[in-house]
Amino acid sequence: MSHASSLNPDYVDEAGRPIYHPVEEPHHPEGHSTMLGFWMYLMSDCLIFAMLFAVYAVIGGNYAAGPSPKDLFDLPLVALNTSMLLLSSITYGFAMLAMVKNRTAQMQTWLAITGVFGLCFLGIELYEFAHMIHLGATPQRSGFLSAFFFLVGTHGLHVTFGCIWLVTLMVQVWRKGLIQANKRRLMCLSLFWHFLDVIWIGVFTFVYLFGMLR
Amino acid sequence: MSAEAHNEHAVDHHHDDHHHGDDHDHGSFKTYMIGFLLSVVLTAIPFWLVMTEALAPQTTGLIITAFAVAQIIVHMIFFLHMNHRSEGGWNMLALIFTIVVVVIAVAGSVWVMYHLNTNMMPVHDMQTMG
Repeated sequence: MSHASSLNPDYVDEAGRPIYHPVEEPHHPEGHSTMLGFWMYLMSDCLIFAMLFAVYAVIGGNYAAGPSPKDLFDLPLVALNTSMLLLSSITYGFAMLAMVKNRTAQMQTWLAITGVFGLCFLGIELYEFAHMIHLGATPQRSGFLSAFFFLVGTHGLHVTFGCIWLVTLMVQVWRKGLIQANKRRLMCLSLFWHFLDVIWIGVFTFVYLFGMLR
Repeated sequence: MSAEAHNEHAVDHHHDDHHHGDDHDHGSFKTYMIGFLLSVVLTAIPFWLVMTEALAPQTTGLIITAFAVAQIIVHMIFFLHMNHRSEGGWNMLALIFTIVVVVIAVAGSVWVMYHLNTNMMPVHDMQTMG
């Protein structure tokens, strides 16, 4: 090739011919990009929640002569719920620390405690929803209640799937041990779980606390 | 160097600075506890302010917004282990992009709809708007 000298040496073979495609599949270690990909998923999930927050900000004040946040919200209950989620975050952190040290039993215990806190959070949230619906504050009552149930319900649904995922991974670790693939999955769930706690900061501040200030 | 090594290098050359294997930042007991204690403080004060109605509503609103932003940053650093180096900076880039989109979408929606409400509503049945 006459113009071979002008080509990037990385992209020519030993005879000086340009290489347009790899001769064999480049070797990537399994799962090397999983964490970045999962982070991208979380960012897109963040956009979903941003839209729900925007909807709540726009129509959260439309009570249609129905109940307002002050009539419905019970701040001590919300504080209890918030502490459940915060405690589950720190116990998941302890599970990750045990995982790094390959202490499987200790990690499983912390995961189980995390799951219990997650279920407590869901139980309190469902109790709150049931109480509101019992009072006639259903999602179809007003724009405020539609936006409230949609936003808080979507977060609750995420926590529900997080709990299912948590149990799945505990079974995986129990059956296969702390193999590299399971560690990677546990790290993804760690991001997911802490991310849900971040979203909850927005929920308790802008929905519950601001609701009481109106 | 053989052609094969060249090929692999050609395809893989921008992965050189990537983290292979298990060298992700997992934090330590100390960083988790610092994050947890900061979160407890940053959660308790807003709840206390709103429950006791210690300050005027506008002041309380500003303070609890600031505390929420601070707590989100605390969670990002101590629980999600965000830093500008993780995944070769792509995590931070994706996060900044997301924040930009979120701010535009949320602030834009609120701004537009507030003006729509104030301009479209009949004046006679409106209570005084602040």
